[in-house]
Amino acid sequence: MAEPAPEPALRASSLSQAYGESWVLRDVSFELPAGGTLAVIGPNGAGKSTLLQVLATLLRPSSGSVSVLGSELPGSAWKLRGRLGYLGHSPLLYRDLAAAENLRFHARLFGLPAEGAERIADLLERVGLAHRASTRVGEMSAGMVKRLAVCRALLHDPEMLVLDEPLANLDPAGADVVAPLLGPRRGRSRVLVTHDVAAALSGADRVLALTREGSVAFEAPAAEVDPDRARSIYSEESLRGAMA
Amino acid sequence: MNPNRLRTLAIITAALIGAGFALVFFWVPNEADQGFIQKIFYLHVPLAIIALAGFVIGGIHAIRHLRTGDPVHDMRAYVSIHTSVIFGVAVLITGAIWAKASWGRWWVWDEPTLVSFLIVFLLYATYYPLRYAIPDRERQGRYASVFAIAAGAFVPLNFMVVRMAQSLVHPRTFATADGGLPGDMWVGFLVCFAGIAMLWLTLVCFEMTAKRTSAQLSRLRRALDGTARAGGGVGARIAPGTANVPS
Amino acid sequence: MNGPSTFSAVATILGKDLRVELRTLQSIPAMVLFSTTIYVIFRFGLDRTQLDGGLATGVLLVTILFAALLAINRLFVAEREQGGFEAIRLAPVDGTALFLAKALALLVYLTILELFAIPVFWLFFLDSGTGLLPMLPVVLLLNGALATTGALISPIATNSTARDLIGPLILLPLLVPPMVAASAAGAKLLLAGGPDYDKYASWLGALGLYDAIFLLIGWAVFDFLLED
Repeated sequence: MAEPAPEPALRASSLSQAYGESWVLRDVSFELPAGGTLAVIGPNGAGKSTLLQVLATLLRPSSGSVSVLGSELPGSAWKLRGRLGYLGHSPLLYRDLAAAENLRFHARLFGLPAEGAERIADLLERVGLAHRASTRVGEMSAGMVKRLAVCRALLHDPEMLVLDEPLANLDPAGADVVAPLLGPRRGRSRVLVTHDVAAALSGADRVLALTREGSVAFEAPAAEVDPDRARSIYSEESLRGAMA
Repeated sequence: MNPNRLRTLAIITAALIGAGFALVFFWVPNEADQGFIQKIFYLHVPLAIIALAGFVIGGIHAIRHLRTGDPVHDMRAYVSIHTSVIFGVAVLITGAIWAKASWGRWWVWDEPTLVSFLIVFLLYATYYPLRYAIPDRERQGRYASVFAIAAGAFVPLNFMVVRMAQSLVHPRTFATADGGLPGDMWVGFLVCFAGIAMLWLTLVCFEMTAKRTSAQLSRLRRALDGTARAGGGVGARIAPGTANVPS
Repeated sequence: MNGPSTFSAVATILGKDLRVELRTLQSIPAMVLFSTTIYVIFRFGLDRTQLDGGLATGVLLVTILFAALLAINRLFVAEREQGGFEAIRLAPVDGTALFLAKALALLVYLTILELFAIPVFWLFFLDSGTGLLPMLPVVLLLNGALATTGALISPIATNSTARDLIGPLILLPLLVPPMVAASAAGAKLLLAGGPDYDKYASWLGALGLYDAIFLLIGWAVFDFLLED
């Protein structure tokens, strides 16, 4: 399904995002080749989640230009419907529906053949929730909900994964189960927010570091980033903030 | 809009309204049945027609806003509706005065046009709390436009249904026994109508200018702030809400 | 990627809503209870035990209207709080499907409410139920008006900071024309001496026109309510 696109998977230039009267992202530019992985790092409040919501077409960019899988936002956002797998802080699951019912709902919305029955069973099996298929989401632990949300995001085999701290709320066992599912794959581009700098540098092709003000600290191939320099964005920024 | 054009507009408006009132009071004869009080017709009816037209114009701006995403259309829709709501207050007050003079009561329920107008007014009055309840400027504009479109379609429907439900007792000044308004009354009415229409337009232009200016001011202020604080990062960028959102 | 047809998307969302309602019973029982209580309040507020004509119609229709507001207030709460708006925007589905599904869900809720509320109304207030039969098309078309405007205004209210206030505030004036039409028709149908069909067809026509116009408006603009 995911044919390699000639254009980069992501391209943003001078993207700025306002929330009411204040700027959350300032003049952010980056590019990610098709099939690659972009890790977004930065201190709390740097606008990482906002950036991912923009890339997932859930927020309209305030200014600057962004294109995802060759579609310009927000004008061509509709072309991306059904091609992105978004995993944010909110699981996008109904509390009063059972695990399998939630997935079936999404499978139908994505027009999967035979309501994706096989795919649902397979995914539930792989995240270790097969025995919980008829448990309501409202009765699940945070870790289980997260695993179910991973199934939801992967259900339609998206061309691009937009992952906001995908391993948060998971215990080490859960993380081990989920990580390979969300890992790099041929023809699938990924953008992920993480606080784990080491993982970002080893698992990604490019790293985008944001400052506390929401502007770019650096943007570089992961291999060329010095881990200490990457870690310093967390402290350096507070230092600069204190001096100003 | 540049201040000279605004001034010209204001002068034309004042001249037309002055001329209209002069005609109505000193030249147009008193209406046979109702006497002097009927002269409120030259104020009440134009105000009502212009207010309703303004609501519909607001709806048209709202359609253009949703189509283009350009916030200037939202601002026009807002200013049109806002001005019409103010006119609406005047319509209800003049209507009540006319009702008191004609029927001896401040409000009459079997008068379909006035009742319809009240319902339309009540609907548009909710436009303000709606806008205040949505903090995000862009979303506020979109929702307000959806409201303005629905309400614009509501106006004719409402008049139709209320008229169907009630007997016709409005002073049919346009349709008297001998076939309509006499010529001199028409002249008075048309001049007043033109004056009130120009008043609406002038108020809309004034408010649009005021809004643009204050938006520009806060943009400049933000630019100053931005250069001072973030070392020129986004200083020059357009302010949200007033920005031309890329679409 | 090819999404599902609009019809199938509507069926999916409607099925989800009805399943959740059946499981949690959040709206319908409250509407039934609420309507019965309103009857009792009208009985004392009007100080009447038997009703006919305009008064009877007024009590019935205002009760349905208020009960409908309860359901309309809750209609999109789960979508906002549990991510339904986002989920639908990520899916290859037309936003219109959400509008149609929610309008249909409201229609179902109102029909179930009326299966209880109309017989109870008969039992409480009417001498004879002969006028209620021709009243059914009127009530069904009024349901259409409540469903289309409700599904259009509810997401606006739900995404505002004052959901409980904004919904009824906008909906009540917006619903005056269908209430006027339905009341005018009902006042003749529920006369003590038996139904009078004067202007019956025109009132049904006016209600149908209102439903059709708001269905079209909802269809045309609903996508704009889903963007962020």
